[in-house]
Amino acid sequence: MNALLAILRREWLLARRIGAGAELGIVFFLILISVVPFAVGADQKLISRIAPAILWLAALLATLLGLDRLLQADEEDGIVDHLLMSETPLSLLLAVKALAHWAVTGLPLSLAAPLLGLMLAIEPQAMMPLAASLLIGTPALTLIGLVGAALTVSLKRGGLLLSILVLPLAIPTLIFGATVVKEAAAGRAYSTPLLLLSGVSLLMLAIAPVAAAGALRFARN
Amino acid sequence: MDVTSQKPALWMRLANPATFNVLANRLLAPLAVLTLVAFAYGLYGAFATSPADYQQGETVRIMYIHVPSAWLALFVYAGMAASALGTLVFRHPVADVAQKAAAPLGAGFTLICLITGSFWGKPMWGTWWEWDARLTSVLILFLIYLGIIALWRAIDEPQRAARAVAIMTLVGAVNLPIIKFSVDWWYTLHQPASVFRMGGPTIHKSMLTPLLWMGVAYLLLYLSLLLVRMKTELMARRIERLQILAADRQSSGGGA
Repeated sequence: MNALLAILRREWLLARRIGAGAELGIVFFLILISVVPFAVGADQKLISRIAPAILWLAALLATLLGLDRLLQADEEDGIVDHLLMSETPLSLLLAVKALAHWAVTGLPLSLAAPLLGLMLAIEPQAMMPLAASLLIGTPALTLIGLVGAALTVSLKRGGLLLSILVLPLAIPTLIFGATVVKEAAAGRAYSTPLLLLSGVSLLMLAIAPVAAAGALRFARN
Repeated sequence: MDVTSQKPALWMRLANPATFNVLANRLLAPLAVLTLVAFAYGLYGAFATSPADYQQGETVRIMYIHVPSAWLALFVYAGMAASALGTLVFRHPVADVAQKAAAPLGAGFTLICLITGSFWGKPMWGTWWEWDARLTSVLILFLIYLGIIALWRAIDEPQRAARAVAIMTLVGAVNLPIIKFSVDWWYTLHQPASVFRMGGPTIHKSMLTPLLWMGVAYLLLYLSLLLVRMKTELMARRIERLQILAADRQSSGGGA
């Protein structure tokens, strides 16, 4: 337990000190959202319609950005060797690393979502479902990313490959997440996609840390 | 128990590349002949004896190329997932060769499926590409294949690459049904499955027979190509090992 807390603390401190903290995450989303009207035009109706898609794509992008350094930095300075030798199961340690990553990407986005949704003119009744869907769905994105990060840990320029591996697997999360917001905005029941989204997240929580641990272990024979 | 008198199971003996090569050489010629026969029969049925559809006309014949490639696209992935288990659980050295050899073939069948589907879609739906459930699922499968091939190429050491790819393949295998299900969710245009479904096929026997023959032909073609590719891969690895040995001998032999 101590080891897990120590990792969580270390990740948090590192994220803050190298300028990848939660507040910077929110600034990133703000910028992404500000760019959209320049690309599609200042059409309030159109923006409102594609707003769920924008926020979900922003979540996907933000998750991808830091991913190639998630384990690589630790691999380079020998932390991964320590994790491998630890008495605590590697999969658990990796799950905590994923949690730390999510705390500076998915979590701030979920919390800021109502505000960002306001700027994107999302229907008021869809605001809470939007935040809930991001809160439930973004862990799945991070966990899928964790597997990709573990698979490409030894590659010097693994970023592009990582995205190619990870993005197809993130499609269900994207579909269910965006559907929650769309249904809620149209005033329909959205519990089915929300439950499916939770299912995806839980499944990823079950398999991703184990797969990532396997990948790290096999990478050094 | 007398261990020496027992011959290990065939799949264990195949872990020896030499044994595999002998078996592959024996199988290859008959497989190639059977492939040709099946294609000849299947194509004859598809283009000569089977009727044109009363709605779709002659374009229905695209089905005989399109549908079997879709079957193979999935079958190859299933085979790769099985090989991945062989690599991770049994450390079977030929399993990762099979995995590596299968990936581009699977991607190829998936691409054939996408392209012929597009040719079929143009006259039937009036569009080359439609974002409907099945097309999209197959496209995602294609992307997963490409990711796996890219991962193979990115890691130089074959053993390490094999294990990374095995994990990716298995994670993909777990995800594929979910992806399929989620994509079916915004299902729009494609007709529902009509061959493998409860209550038997709904297409007429005059069309089903050539279709199944084409399926057999595709499967045989896949197996033949897989064996050739596996032999090539084993040979390539052997050459690389010999080159390293030769370089080693040269550098140490020069001094001594």
